[in-house]
Amino acid sequence: MNGSQLPAATATVLPGRTASLLSADGTASKWAITEFLEWFGELGIFFWQVIKAAITPPFEFRELVRQLDEIGSKSLPLVALAGGAVGVVLSLESVQSMTRFGAKSLLPAALVFSVVHEIGPIVTALVVSGRVGAGIGAELASMKVTEQIDALEASAVNPYRLLAATRILACTLMLPLLTLASDACGLVMGWVALATIEPLSFHQFIISGFKGSGFNDFLPPTLKTAVFGLIIGLIACFQGMRTRGGAGGVGRAATSSVVLSSLFVILADVVLVKFIIIFFP
Amino acid sequence: MTATEHIPIKLPPTEATHAPVVAVDNVCKSFGTQTVLDGVSLTVSRGETLAVLGRSGTGKSVLLRVIIGLQTPDSGSVSIHGQDIAGLSIDQLSTIRMKMGFLFQHAALYDSLTVGQNVAFPLQHHQAGSATEQADRVKQLLTEVDMERHLDKMPSDISGGMQKRVGLARALALNPDILLLDEPTAGLDPISSAEIDDLVLKLQSEHHMASIVVTHDMHSAKTIADRLILLNKGKVTAQGTFQELQDNDNEFVREFLKHA
Repeated sequence: MNGSQLPAATATVLPGRTASLLSADGTASKWAITEFLEWFGELGIFFWQVIKAAITPPFEFRELVRQLDEIGSKSLPLVALAGGAVGVVLSLESVQSMTRFGAKSLLPAALVFSVVHEIGPIVTALVVSGRVGAGIGAELASMKVTEQIDALEASAVNPYRLLAATRILACTLMLPLLTLASDACGLVMGWVALATIEPLSFHQFIISGFKGSGFNDFLPPTLKTAVFGLIIGLIACFQGMRTRGGAGGVGRAATSSVVLSSLFVILADVVLVKFIIIFFP
Repeated sequence: MTATEHIPIKLPPTEATHAPVVAVDNVCKSFGTQTVLDGVSLTVSRGETLAVLGRSGTGKSVLLRVIIGLQTPDSGSVSIHGQDIAGLSIDQLSTIRMKMGFLFQHAALYDSLTVGQNVAFPLQHHQAGSATEQADRVKQLLTEVDMERHLDKMPSDISGGMQKRVGLARALALNPDILLLDEPTAGLDPISSAEIDDLVLKLQSEHHMASIVVTHDMHSAKTIADRLILLNKGKVTAQGTFQELQDNDNEFVREFLKHA
């Protein structure tokens, strides 16, 4: 890596890459961009390997079912709890502001719209990213550093098919279903919170909340979580299966799986929201 | 399997067919600036056992990983049953690996499965026989390595030496033609080491397997190997029978055998 020369004392004290980071000619940004592009390129190659493995037999149905249970049903309690908590908070926070603007009667509709369109999907994705992303990243990283993935390959098993494709597909399929559960809990608990302030029957809440809603209000926001699931599964598997460095590497893989998948879920949400607004007005 | 008298039964070299089932031709492999394999060539025929010796860190394990395709050489070629494995996809390599068994240096058992499930994994995954046949085969393999009493234990509940024996049983599950063993007797007591040597010899005589054994155990190498090769700084310094190595004039060879 070329860079402007640092004072000799600094260059000898600091390791090479850190010293280069401090050089004044933009080498740090070049290094960061190069690293990012390399990571992205390797992710693309990894994704291509997974797709090839996923669409060619033999298919790993048993492992897929196991992962659907692991990722879906075992995440349900946490997702439901998070959705319910968010529903309560959103409801209580909205009462004051909606009353101030004279829109109290629109509160149920605002709650339904917020939860279904955005809060439910993003909270579900971030919760699953934390639980499932870290779990997948750590599990595969541990297998990598103990040569278990190599042992699979040596036993004539394609690890992209058995380990990665099953987990990525399970995440993609389960996120929309978990989002529905989160939305339901959020709306129910939102109603409970509202009802403690002002008497409102659940029937009335549902009628008011869903009044004027249509197909475009529910299906596209829920199905966008399939993209979130794909991102979480893909990044967690990628980070896990390329781990090096023993126990420290396992820890880094788990952490980076959560951080990177959360970041990319949020970025994807920005893109998908625009996409939904344009194609599902 | 009990250790009584240790009577090695080795297949005479003339029984081995001469067509190589494993052919490594001028393989080079580096990691960064460190050259691990530098123009290594060897062949192994059916029914033959080749021992790979050398100092620690001379690329012996890397050589095995290159042969089974877990690592790609920088140059040179590896052929299995006459087929060059360079450029093959994982699924294409899987077809070749179906007839190969690999024992890793640290066993590499699947830590979420029991001992029995580890050995059954290749059988179940490749649907080799009915459930009953698979169970019988698992029991037979674990009995061969004296681990049948530990069927339901987790890998973390058994010693490193026992893990290695389970790893060997798993490597033999699909009746491989080619067996690659990375330090099969490391961490084992002398009796268990002798039992593993006997097992390798038995497999060779019954199934005419081609075997490549990486080992530091000179006694084991002398017992089971038809030929030995000695690696030094990534190159093949000597190869031949144990007697031929003893007669070799190379200083490194003499020094190595003196301390073995």
